[in-house]
Amino acid sequence: MGEWWTTETSMENYEISSISHVTMSPSRRNNLVSMYSFPFSKSSYSELSAFCIEDNIPQCISYINQELASLGLSSTCIEAISPGGTGLSTVPALNAMYELLQIHRRNMCNLEELEREHLRKSSTLEHVQMSNTRLKDQLELSIREKSGLHETERQLQLKIKTLQSCLKTEKDEVQKLQSVIASRASQYSHDAKRKEREAVKLKERLSQLLVDRKDKKLAIDVLNCLGRADGKRRHWKTTKATSSHENEMYKSLLSDYEASQRSLMLENAELKKVLQQMKKEMMHILSPCQPSIRGATADESQEQADLDGEKGGDTSRESLDQYCEHAREQLTNSIRQQWRKLRNHVERLDSQASQAQNQLESKEVIPRETHEDEMERMRCEVQQCKEFIHAQQQLLQQQLNTSFDDETAALLNDCYTLEEKERLKEEWKLFEEQKRNFERERKNFTEAAIRLGREKKAFEEDRASWLKNQFLNMTPFRHRRRCSSSDGQSALSIRSEPEIRMSSVNGQLAKSSTYTTFSTPRPSRSAPVPSTTELYRTLRLIPDSSSSRHSNRGRWPECSNIEDSETRVRPTNGLRPGDMSIFSLGEDENSLT
Amino acid sequence: MNFSEVFKQTNQLCKVSPDGKYLATCVQYRLVVRDVSTLQILQLYTCLDQVSHMEWSSDSLFILCAMYNRGLVQVWSLEQPDWHCKIDEGSIGLVSSRWSPDGRHILNTTEFHLRVTVWSLCTKAVSYIKHPKACQKAVDFSRDGRYLALAERRDCKDYVCVFVCDDWHLLRHFETETQDLAGLEWSPNGCVLAVWDSCLEYKVLLYSLDGRLLSTYSAYEWSLGVKSVSWSPSSQFLAIGSYDEKVRILNHITWKKIAQFEHPAILDSTKATVYKEVEKRPAVGSDEMSLHSITIGTTLFNTQSKYEISPLPVQIPVVKPDPDRANPKIGISALAFSSDSRYLATKNDNMATAVWVWDMQKMSLQAVLEQTSAVRCFQWDPLRPRLALCTGNAKLYLWSPGGCVSVQVPAEGGFQVQSLNWHCSGDSVILLGKEQLCLCYMDTDQEDK
Repeated sequence: MGEWWTTETSMENYEISSISHVTMSPSRRNNLVSMYSFPFSKSSYSELSAFCIEDNIPQCISYINQELASLGLSSTCIEAISPGGTGLSTVPALNAMYELLQIHRRNMCNLEELEREHLRKSSTLEHVQMSNTRLKDQLELSIREKSGLHETERQLQLKIKTLQSCLKTEKDEVQKLQSVIASRASQYSHDAKRKEREAVKLKERLSQLLVDRKDKKLAIDVLNCLGRADGKRRHWKTTKATSSHENEMYKSLLSDYEASQRSLMLENAELKKVLQQMKKEMMHILSPCQPSIRGATADESQEQADLDGEKGGDTSRESLDQYCEHAREQLTNSIRQQWRKLRNHVERLDSQASQAQNQLESKEVIPRETHEDEMERMRCEVQQCKEFIHAQQQLLQQQLNTSFDDETAALLNDCYTLEEKERLKEEWKLFEEQKRNFERERKNFTEAAIRLGREKKAFEEDRASWLKNQFLNMTPFRHRRRCSSSDGQSALSIRSEPEIRMSSVNGQLAKSSTYTTFSTPRPSRSAPVPSTTELYRTLRLIPDSSSSRHSNRGRWPECSNIEDSETRVRPTNGLRPGDMSIFSLGEDENSLT
Repeated sequence: MNFSEVFKQTNQLCKVSPDGKYLATCVQYRLVVRDVSTLQILQLYTCLDQVSHMEWSSDSLFILCAMYNRGLVQVWSLEQPDWHCKIDEGSIGLVSSRWSPDGRHILNTTEFHLRVTVWSLCTKAVSYIKHPKACQKAVDFSRDGRYLALAERRDCKDYVCVFVCDDWHLLRHFETETQDLAGLEWSPNGCVLAVWDSCLEYKVLLYSLDGRLLSTYSAYEWSLGVKSVSWSPSSQFLAIGSYDEKVRILNHITWKKIAQFEHPAILDSTKATVYKEVEKRPAVGSDEMSLHSITIGTTLFNTQSKYEISPLPVQIPVVKPDPDRANPKIGISALAFSSDSRYLATKNDNMATAVWVWDMQKMSLQAVLEQTSAVRCFQWDPLRPRLALCTGNAKLYLWSPGGCVSVQVPAEGGFQVQSLNWHCSGDSVILLGKEQLCLCYMDTDQEDK
């Protein structure tokens, strides 16, 4: 509707503007009035002659007055200046004219407005008609569609009906077939049974006939009878024998059941142990974490309380563990709870980690460096391995290219010995290093011995001089003796001094050498191939850095304690996977907070 | 790996004595006993006719030679060559003959399964067991040789008889809940008897030694059922192969299914290694030498083959069976546990070129061996987890967790390995061709490596 309006206004623009001009400027009004009135005056000019002539002026005046009165302008009454005269009194005539003009203009305005209104109305009418026709079209279309749909629906319903009937027939068919199958099956089984019975009967008859015929051929011909494999005689079939058989059978069954029960019990115990250990480890992991988290959020304190409550329950559980039936549920429940807690904790740590990662980026410089070092080392190793594989492939190819014979076999052997040689060489290197270490230690030892000897000599001299002094002083005998004995003790302590020094030397030596395990005098541990020593070394590397970080932070006091103990224990205990996991977890916690 | 020279044999009758010292082979109507280590002939016996079945007694002292078409059984003694024994089943006929575990009794099944005759070599006594059932596996001795389970058909119902082998006393006799019993097998510990129905119905029943029904297992209905059954040596698992190309593993505590091994034609997401046998002419230097596929061959004229690890996904050739024929070639026909119960080897009949090895600890597929031709026979090393298989060509294939090898048998005259048998020590394999046999000695050091 709006668009339509705009187009209309553009068309009318000119007229409206002219109208506005009319109303606006009184100067041009005259022109316009003249313009409008011009045709009127022109056309009425001839009529005017007909309407008013010199003779009928009063009639005209009266007529106009009447007309004016009818128009409601009775107040102004045109009068002739003089009765029977031709002149008009100008004031009322002008007033009347003015009034008329006013009326005329108002009417014109009204007309204009009405025309405009009419135009608007007609356009809206047109629009409405158009839309009406459109809607009619749509209606028609939709009616057509509706009828089409009705048709298809009817067809579909027809189809459904036919399909339903089809289905019904099919169902009937299936049922019929099933019944046929069932009857066939029963018939078959019946026939089979009959046949089987017949066959059995025939077999019976056959065997009977064979027995009746006294088949001479049915015989065993043995040179001499054999003894039983176990050397025993054959037993008579007695009730005792049968009962013994039963006994034996039940015995074997019993033993089998016992064995299975035993294995199940073992398995059960193992599982229980695992469960217990898991629980313990979980508690162990959970308990040191709790305090720091409690500070973080408020709801953690409640969890802490839960944990405390469980700890309280623990002592009672310990006693209950003896009766696994009672304890089982409790145990699994507590484990489940703790597992949930652990999971929550880990999730929280994850979220924290994502937050703290940016902050940590700057702090993580040192570990990253070590990481890169490690990466570099691994890359080197991979490179070596690749080269090795390549060499092997080449060897294999050579072996393939030349046909298989003794020489290539020897070559193949050679390649293995080559490998062996490589290993031997490495071991030799190790051994050499060890030997050097030993040499150094021995040197130290001899030095220490020499020093000891020197000191001993000095001590002897001291002692002799002291004794001489004592003797010269000549205190009472008993007293002097006690003194000497106490002195002996001191002498002993002096003697032990070099040893201490030596051990300290050893310690220094151990620190200075990179392979700490080599410096230890026990060869059993230094014997393995360098890979394990490297493992040790790397293992020692990681905890050191982490523990240093602990001390720097001053947080996680319990955790760091545990780890320290772990790191101290590890070299003696060797590597255990459990330790590793605990440790790595601890480290994670550190890096994340 | 070394190979002996080739010997003659007929009917693939060649067996090593239970103590592993002797090798008995039948050539026409002669029975030849060799020393396994030297392969020198120790004894030569002449039977009355061509031997159809030969078996060592459990104490390795006697050899049974059955001539089914004559209804005759002859027994030879290794210690006393002039001792002889002849059992004549007469006109009633003979279809099967076997030793009892004590090595002093012989069980003969007569024609039409009229009866089982138990002949005693100690007392010449004869006893009969009537109504034995003619089926896949109707007789089974327990591993310790104490009990005999025998399937019986009476009044159109299946029964199981349990005999004490000591004096053939009938210990238990019970009816089984089967439509048509197809087989029975003792668990290796001798306390549980697995009984399965014919292929028309998937049904496996487990009975205790005293005849109590322990459990019934049925995976599905209305389709062809059990095809093969095998106990693990530890008695812990019962593997059931069926016509739906799956293996189901039952446990020994609840007798419920704990795992199901499927044999898909396309392997795309598996951790298993797929070894594909590739036939190749030698002396073509290939750059991609896999460490697993070391081919060993000396003859120039035979096509060599080696294994290659094929990248996933792998399509295993499938032969669609004819649905209109009975006993369709589909489903798991062969199942074998390794001696340590760690691995299970299976063969699916419509993928005849592939052998599947499953890890029983992880309950997952460990390896698939895709051969160039159909697998004839596979058998585990009696001591180590090592699988030997043959495909009817001149090669022996070995799988172990470390890898796979294909070995050319260096015998002239088109020696084709039809079946194989491990020596009980696991040091050698007897390879049986159509008319020949050959021993293959394993290098123990190579194996260790």
